[in-house]
Amino acid sequence: MALYRNGTFAADSWQRLDAAQELPAEGHVLLSLAEWQKLAPIKRESNVAFGVLLEPGETAEAIAADLSRLSLVAITFPKFTDGRGYSTARILRDRYKFAGELRAVGDILFDQIQLYERCGFDALEITDPVTLGLLEAGRKPVMTHFYQPGEGAEVRDSSSPWRGRAATSATA
Amino acid sequence: MYRYDNFDATFVAERVAQFKDQVARRLAGELTEDQFRPLRLMNGVYLQLHAYMLRVAIPYGTLSPRQLRKLAHIARHYDKGYGHFTTRQNIQFNWPALADCPAILSELANVEMHAIQTSGNCVRNVTADQFAGAAADEIEDPRPYCELLRQWSSLNPEFSFLPRKFKIAIAGAPHDRAAVKVHDIGYQIVRNADGEIGFAAYVGGGLGRSPFVAHKIRDFVPKADLLNYTAAILRVYNLEGRRDNKFKARIKILVHEKGAEAMRDAVEAEFARSRDPDLVLTPEIIDRFKSYFALPDLPSRPVPAQNFEGRRAQDADFAHFASQNVVAHKVPGYGVVSISLKPIGGIPGDVTAEQMEAVADLAETYAHSEVRVAHEQNLVLPHVALDDLPALYDRLKDSNLATPNIGLVTDIISCPGLDYCSLATARSIPIAQRISERFGHNGRAAEIGELHINISGCINACGHHHVAHIGILGLEKKGVETYQITVGGAADETCALGEVLGPGFSSESVVDAVEAIVETYLKVRKSRDEDFLSTYRRVGAAPFKEVLYERA
Ligand code: HEM
Ligand code: SF4
Repeated sequence: MALYRNGTFAADSWQRLDAAQELPAEGHVLLSLAEWQKLAPIKRESNVAFGVLLEPGETAEAIAADLSRLSLVAITFPKFTDGRGYSTARILRDRYKFAGELRAVGDILFDQIQLYERCGFDALEITDPVTLGLLEAGRKPVMTHFYQPGEGAEVRDSSSPWRGRAATSATA
Repeated sequence: MYRYDNFDATFVAERVAQFKDQVARRLAGELTEDQFRPLRLMNGVYLQLHAYMLRVAIPYGTLSPRQLRKLAHIARHYDKGYGHFTTRQNIQFNWPALADCPAILSELANVEMHAIQTSGNCVRNVTADQFAGAAADEIEDPRPYCELLRQWSSLNPEFSFLPRKFKIAIAGAPHDRAAVKVHDIGYQIVRNADGEIGFAAYVGGGLGRSPFVAHKIRDFVPKADLLNYTAAILRVYNLEGRRDNKFKARIKILVHEKGAEAMRDAVEAEFARSRDPDLVLTPEIIDRFKSYFALPDLPSRPVPAQNFEGRRAQDADFAHFASQNVVAHKVPGYGVVSISLKPIGGIPGDVTAEQMEAVADLAETYAHSEVRVAHEQNLVLPHVALDDLPALYDRLKDSNLATPNIGLVTDIISCPGLDYCSLATARSIPIAQRISERFGHNGRAAEIGELHINISGCINACGHHHVAHIGILGLEKKGVETYQITVGGAADETCALGEVLGPGFSSESVVDAVEAIVETYLKVRKSRDEDFLSTYRRVGAAPFKEVLYERA
């Protein structure tokens, strides 16, 4: 598994904690929604940076009130064909203005990378060997023109406010 | 017509390059078939009984002669010389090789066509009334709005992996020719009490194994909000639609299980919360899109049209063609001409490369270079001067394209069925051919009047059998084909699902059964003016059941 963040591979400092494990005094800790909701308010105020992992069916609304305390929201895609996480991501970015790291985990494949990015994900946890191989070889998704507003660095087309271009191609 | 600008051209070219790479990776074994399937489907490539099948989008059913010639070329070079128009205003090629598909797609891109999202769990080709922009009864041309939706939904990052496919249709006239109430979203263009034009919104219609007529969830969506309102519906569906069972994944099941009221509340709440200012359609944008679909400059023609009236008075066949295949145009002296792809005994919707080229020529000569595809699997020349109709008719006859049967019992909608489709449980094309033969001679069909027969080869209902006046569903029982008959369905503004008459019929007896139903109708109708559907609505199914099951 590797973490691909903002277009490059990066080290992952997040630690996944389950119910049985003790909360460390500091560091980056990723909890399930249930674990996060069980966490005593006093512990939420510790020096730990918290993240929550949402499973499909768990909504952005469930953590809306807590977002100021979260540095990471990870969203699970159990199968790449299950597209619920795209909407969850957009709601977090657009409606709740979540500015922390948004990470896609699960069945993450090369041909969907632009969809993730344009829904507001800045990090992808990748296990698929072919996807890893393509990214390691420096392959990037090819689409540079988009017919609808997306998240991230895109330049609006002058003709219609919902048309956009990838920022890199506009400056190239 | 809508013309690609640089942006559109680049988008489609990039998309072709992307698919070419995906095909290469599939052929190299780097993508599993499971991983490849959604990618090829989003580019219109299906795996079928005999071969791959390529489905090409014809947005809102509008084609230029140049595009039609390209389709003819593809039929000839990559297929067996013909194509098949579908009930969703697309064209399918049944025999392309997978390795050729990227080449076909780049040929299509040269004429501003593509196969993007003709399949897959995404927003499909947005369909419209085939008489859009021409019909006399229209409130407004739906195509500018179809094009706006097409652009916004193309590779939409949020809505490319929906629970299931998603079909939108827009009708521009009170008489619904686009079957909006059997779509996932149907928009009907309406005028509100203040005289403004907008959309009545219907959701949750669909056929298939669980057919539903859509529910109206809003009387009036202003034009400005069309994209945002559609986004709200899609977001509710994307998050809440069922993903545990493919057969329950369409939005119709969500609306059914949740209730139409609750669905409306959820959509309204989402719409209120997440309206994106970039998606608001300003009057400038709407005017620009309308200009792409402006009525061609139609020179004024004499009314009454003497050439036309003269031929009509002398030639009964021509008069019959004119009354059956031509409807009123919004400009006096013009007509909207349907070209039937249902020759007597032929395969519904099939068209040869030569016929496509003939229609392209005729469109240039007589119809201001526009061709339409109707969801009934016919073609339409939307702007024909009535005085040119005699010449057009003669040339259509030369190409075997002048069958005067639009809306009649021989204008049958049929899916490919067991002859091509891997999901089929029975043949459908041969049944359509036999019914057509049975009624196709000696003016019999005209005497019967308007009567829609639709045939599907399995419960997926691609042939829309539920909404036919007489619907035929091919099933398989213990290895034998059996055909279930429904009556009383309708796809227009009076949309209704047909009623099953009783046990099914064998392949040998189904055409006799249809004939018995038709004969019964002829006996019980009040006059020639009472068509089959009105008669059924007056007398119910009883006389038809009786003739099929009780007299035996
Ligand atoms: C030969 C290959 C084809 C296959 C494998 C196929 C498969 C399917 C399936 C599985 C469905 C049901 C989807 C669902 O309910 O979720 C469906 C629906 C549909 N198909 Fe096809 N189809 C084929 C060809 C066609 C053709 C040639 C037409 C047009 C004549 C067509 C028109 C439709 C329409 C309009 C629906 C929607 C019915 C509804 O609203 O549920 N299909 N198709
Ligand atoms: S109705 Fe069934 S047999 Fe006919 S095309 Fe659709 S899936 Fe195939």
